Amino acid sequence: MTAYLLRRILYALPILLGVNVITFVLFFMVNTPDDMARMNLGVKHVTQEAIDKWKAERGYDKPLLYNASVSGAKALTDTVFFEKSVSMFAFDFGRADDGRDIAREIKTRMGPSLAIALPVFAVGLAVNISFALLMVFFRASYLDFAGVVLCVAMMSISGLFYIIAGQYLVSKLWHLVPISGFAGGLDAFKFLVLPVAIGVVSGIGAGARWYRTLFLEEMGKDYVRTARAKGLAETAVLFRHVLKNALIPILTGAVVVIPLLFMGSLITESFFGIPGLGSYTIDAINAQDFAVVRAMVFLGSLLYIVGLVLTDISYTLVDPRIRLE
Amino acid sequence: MFQPVILWTDALIFLLLAAVTAFFVYARRQPHLRDPLRRVAQSRAGMVSMVVLAAYVAIGLLDSLHFRPALPGKPGAGVQYAVETLSVLDKLATPLRERNEKTYSAPFATHAYAKEVVELPDGREVRDFPRLKYGGAHLVDPEAWLSDVLVRTLKAETLALATWLLAALALCAWLAHRNAGSLSTTWRAVWRGETPIPWRAGLLTLGLLLLLVFPALALSTHYHVLGTDKVGQDVLFQTLKSVRTGLVIGTLTTLVMLPFAVLLGIMAGYFRGWIDDLIQYLYTTLNSIPGVLLIAAAVLMMQVWMESNPDLFDTVAARADARLFFLCAILGVTSWTGLCRLLRGEALKLREMEYIQAAHAFGVSHWRIIGRHLLPNVMHIVLITVVMDFSGLVLAEAVLSYVGVGVDPTMQSWGNMINSARLEMARDPMVWWTLAAAFLFMFALVLFANLFADTVRDAFDPRTRR
Repeated sequence: MTAYLLRRILYALPILLGVNVITFVLFFMVNTPDDMARMNLGVKHVTQEAIDKWKAERGYDKPLLYNASVSGAKALTDTVFFEKSVSMFAFDFGRADDGRDIAREIKTRMGPSLAIALPVFAVGLAVNISFALLMVFFRASYLDFAGVVLCVAMMSISGLFYIIAGQYLVSKLWHLVPISGFAGGLDAFKFLVLPVAIGVVSGIGAGARWYRTLFLEEMGKDYVRTARAKGLAETAVLFRHVLKNALIPILTGAVVVIPLLFMGSLITESFFGIPGLGSYTIDAINAQDFAVVRAMVFLGSLLYIVGLVLTDISYTLVDPRIRLE
Repeated sequence: MFQPVILWTDALIFLLLAAVTAFFVYARRQPHLRDPLRRVAQSRAGMVSMVVLAAYVAIGLLDSLHFRPALPGKPGAGVQYAVETLSVLDKLATPLRERNEKTYSAPFATHAYAKEVVELPDGREVRDFPRLKYGGAHLVDPEAWLSDVLVRTLKAETLALATWLLAALALCAWLAHRNAGSLSTTWRAVWRGETPIPWRAGLLTLGLLLLLVFPALALSTHYHVLGTDKVGQDVLFQTLKSVRTGLVIGTLTTLVMLPFAVLLGIMAGYFRGWIDDLIQYLYTTLNSIPGVLLIAAAVLMMQVWMESNPDLFDTVAARADARLFFLCAILGVTSWTGLCRLLRGEALKLREMEYIQAAHAFGVSHWRIIGRHLLPNVMHIVLITVVMDFSGLVLAEAVLSYVGVGVDPTMQSWGNMINSARLEMARDPMVWWTLAAAFLFMFALVLFANLFADTVRDAFDPRTRR
């Protein structure tokens, strides 16, 4: 197990390096730092001094890949690529354009992001599975058909519609909760109820339909026939046998997204004014803050890889037939 | 007198159209593709969704024929062309395009949304809702707009019914001619739903569609059927223009990513060894970057690049089009990994089959095996993925435009419409029509695309075949 984990982590390194190369090419090769400076300073006639100053502040004033002015190994290390990559791996993300430390910002914003993403994930999973079980229990009946139609209709509605309609109905018309904002402690509840509810509802269509196909696939297997032949009631077959076995693909599919919950949801957070990582990213995109976007890309990839490792581990936990070697 | 303009996405759309036509011609001769295609046509959901999707595609294609009209110049002088690029749809909808009000107005409104200082005939000035310049301008008594609308709707519906009957008759005549039957028996068979292809469902959908389209067209010449937006543009026109953007994103993205996904996926599964490792590494790396962030980063960089190379694009339309194409490309980069992985697994399985082993033993070259034996046998996976991805991409456009990394702000799209209208929710009375129009048109497209995708999957997936 330990050896396996170690190998997985070693295997993750080239992937992270690849991510770093991709972001580097995107951010520094497609456009030179001079272009970015000109775009960022925003004025038509920027002086070369202003550009140089902007670059120096961010450490972009070195050669990109190969520094010919120094000799030896320093020719490769004294470059933008090397310095930026090494600092990424050390979780030193540098400063945003407004001068704040990105790493600290990420730490403080993770809480609000999780406060939304975690309930949406947990409640959503429970609701989707229950809805799917209900449809499977009444399979091949009008109830099942109506459920599938509802699912297809719900997944055809844009996620933005759920948010806009929810905000309008609940906050503006019925005045039940504030439209947007955030507070710490217990006060957070009234700000979180609506975004969480909307997050759950907008996921039902695709989720329940997916779980329904999983359950139906499981229903066709031999052990289900055996269980029925033994004379077990349909509820016992469904909840004791099918649900348990279908939990393996459900759980492993869910585990991979758990680390990504830290990143928060871009759309929900910015609509509801939640100071999480999602809205941080959107603000950075709109302000064209390259350092923040780079940091978030790196963080997202890292969390995704963590999710893959967790998936492998969870396989062994729920399915004793699988052993990691 | 006009100068045709072929934008990048136009060219690709017509390339795609040619590819689809070629596929159908090819599939007609291949039993393993012809039978599932027939099953798609024979399902009622497939028929209904095809009729609706055809309407969307027709709008999109009309909007993809671009030209620059000639300016009225002095005789003798060389012909000058306008800077503005128009499409055939723009030309057809000229009244909708040019009859702009000052600002917001509700659907079917005769008066503006906001109060203004109006001069009365006797010279006094009062603050009141002014009459619209075009919406209901022909009415002497604006209070009577409802009866006017009803009369016009009724006329249009009669015309719609007549057109529909003609279409139904034409279809039955064609069917009777093809099956060498009489018109009356064919007519009865169609309406009893006894034909193998569910023509009845198709005709009923067409009828409903005509009943909606005709009155909308008839009324749009005298009213703003879906209201006007902040700068007074007709919302119906905007939604119609957005259809092309949605279709382009949904189809061209897959067209862009398809060659990579198919080639790399099959290569990884067929050759195995270091090629497999390399390709797997490539798609795991790309996959591990969160999609929205990669798109955001790429679009940001493209903005900088466009900013520093402004002379590459001669018109605003060309610039917006380049951005749309780039968005499709970057969406393709983020979305090919799923198909690639599926194809790799399938190729791994297929390469051990006897017929491939036999081809190998006969000394057939690797590329010939891939082209003649592997590719046709994974076509169904490719087709299912392409159709399934479409609706997700249409929905993604709206979200990306909200984040600020979607299509060009000057381009009409549902995402841009929603984005510009969502801040107006706070107004009182509420400005709801832009949002409603964008969501409704998007919902219809995505819903029927989903239904169609399900039909295609059921027909082509060997696991669901009985």
